[in-house]
Amino acid sequence: MMQQLLLYPLLWQLLMSIVLMFAWRHINVQRVMSILGSVIGLVLSGILFYKVLVSGTQTIQAGGWEAPFGITFVADTLSATLVLLTSIAGLAVSSFSSASIIPARLKFGYFAIFHFLLLGLIGAFLTGDIFNLYVWFEIIIISSFVLITLGGEKAQIEGAVKYFTLNFLASIIFLTAIAVLYGLAGSLNMADLAILIPQIENRGLVEVAAILFLVGFGIKSAVFPLYFWLPASYHTPPSAVAAIFGGLLTKVGVYALIRVFTLLFVDDVFIDEVLMVIAILTLFSGAIGALVQKNMRKVFSYLIICHIGFMIAGLGMFTELAIAGAIFYLIHDIVVKTNLFMISGLIYRIKGSNNIKSLGGLYKEYPKLSLLMTIPFFSLIGIPPLSGFWPKISLIIASFNTENYMVLGAVIFASVLTLIVMAKLWSEVFWKNPADLPKRDHFLYFSKMTTTRKLQMLLPIVFLTGVSLYIGFGAESVQQLSTRIAGELMNKQQYIDAVMPKS
Amino acid sequence: MEFLLAIMTGILYAAGLYMMLRRSLVKLIIGLIMISNGANLLIFLLGRITKGNPPIIEESSDVFTSIYADPLPQALILTAIVISFGLQSFAIILVKRAYKVVKTDDLDEMNTLDEEI
Repeated sequence: MMQQLLLYPLLWQLLMSIVLMFAWRHINVQRVMSILGSVIGLVLSGILFYKVLVSGTQTIQAGGWEAPFGITFVADTLSATLVLLTSIAGLAVSSFSSASIIPARLKFGYFAIFHFLLLGLIGAFLTGDIFNLYVWFEIIIISSFVLITLGGEKAQIEGAVKYFTLNFLASIIFLTAIAVLYGLAGSLNMADLAILIPQIENRGLVEVAAILFLVGFGIKSAVFPLYFWLPASYHTPPSAVAAIFGGLLTKVGVYALIRVFTLLFVDDVFIDEVLMVIAILTLFSGAIGALVQKNMRKVFSYLIICHIGFMIAGLGMFTELAIAGAIFYLIHDIVVKTNLFMISGLIYRIKGSNNIKSLGGLYKEYPKLSLLMTIPFFSLIGIPPLSGFWPKISLIIASFNTENYMVLGAVIFASVLTLIVMAKLWSEVFWKNPADLPKRDHFLYFSKMTTTRKLQMLLPIVFLTGVSLYIGFGAESVQQLSTRIAGELMNKQQYIDAVMPKS
Repeated sequence: MEFLLAIMTGILYAAGLYMMLRRSLVKLIIGLIMISNGANLLIFLLGRITKGNPPIIEESSDVFTSIYADPLPQALILTAIVISFGLQSFAIILVKRAYKVVKTDDLDEMNTLDEEI
């Protein structure tokens, strides 16, 4: 029973999406089942997280095939933490979408696809096989394609064409990288590859494979020259969909980058320098892009890009402290970005628009709600003692230690620009006198909703704000967790031993 | 054989990339299909081609005694083909919808998102 504990969060999401398909036309049944199912999913991931925390890395060999031959599922501390965060974000978005997405959209199997997306995310975090990772990525993108096009509005379809093309291309590049790697090493198991790759004589081709992985995952995680699909598509789907995309889809790319460049291609000075240059440029371009946007969700889309830079910078510096900072930022970012898109969805439901220029006066109308929203805004900026502050300390100290003053400058510059962007957003949306927004017919305004629906929209925001507050005020335990993860990542022997005990 | 396949793969990648850079939506999809087929061929090629030696252990021995064809690349290609089939059919429907809704198949004209607020 306990041996398969690792697979329960995964299988539970699969079961959820199958069962939800049977309730295709009954939206209310789907709403209740999805929320309850996400709670159970959260409990299962919590148990897995606790188990990993207490007794170390868990592995399971699928079908009983020994490690280099079969597919291995590995839950080290990083994977277990990310599975837990996926379930937290999943629960919040599940509740939020049951109120904020119109029934016409829900009728087309929204919840079933949503849980299928969570299945793909959890699978990607847990797998220990590089080709299996590709398959999970495909599951993620195919369900995200459905979610992004569901509803079929003109803007959505246009955004989806761009989103589809670049994500499909990224998968093909990833597949090409796997082909090159398999041709070089003759194995697909990541632990086995970690042993084999340093022994390969043809270093040139290894470098090529590494760059192919970098480009493939770089498109997915929206780093500097490869991010253009993200702001072109993330503001088109309903905000609940954008919340799960913004919170988790780019982060799975970052996870893959962290995994590949700490386990497979290590001690590669060239790659580390490329990563650092990319990080600096990502920080700059994302922050400057956010400054000029007028659509609230486009602002947040550019901030996603900007903040990916922090994690890539941590990975590029490649010291234990820097990676701990990157991991802490990853934990903080998943929660905050999901929350930000839900807040933009809530404002959209209140006012009927997401345009900064025509919004205004929110503080006067909803003072308590606005105060609630300041908490995720402040943690995004990184105002101490909220959650965004602590990882930046680690990153700044690490860049001093490794004498990467460019990274240091970029980190500070991006933080300041985030502050300016959020201050501008605050004064435009919350303080300024509102422009006259036309009342939209057939629009589901927040004020017209029933109390249950209102709570379904508000509670997830409160919940994620609470998690943010915990990350900020309980920073010591999160820092310990990140340091432990960084230690595990830097010492790859531990991962190899867990997967293949005999060697 | 390897030489021929290598050339083929190269042509598929190059032609696919060229097609993707065109402005037509249909050509974009054709380009994507070509590149993904190129990737499949690349796996096949890099998995080392062995002719006429199926991976079957003879009754007299417990392990492989001679050189044998690696069955894994074929399994990988099969998986990749199935996945790309799904994606391609989605892509074709998406293009059809896009043509209906946006009323153009020119990618350069799909920029209403940037103009509106």
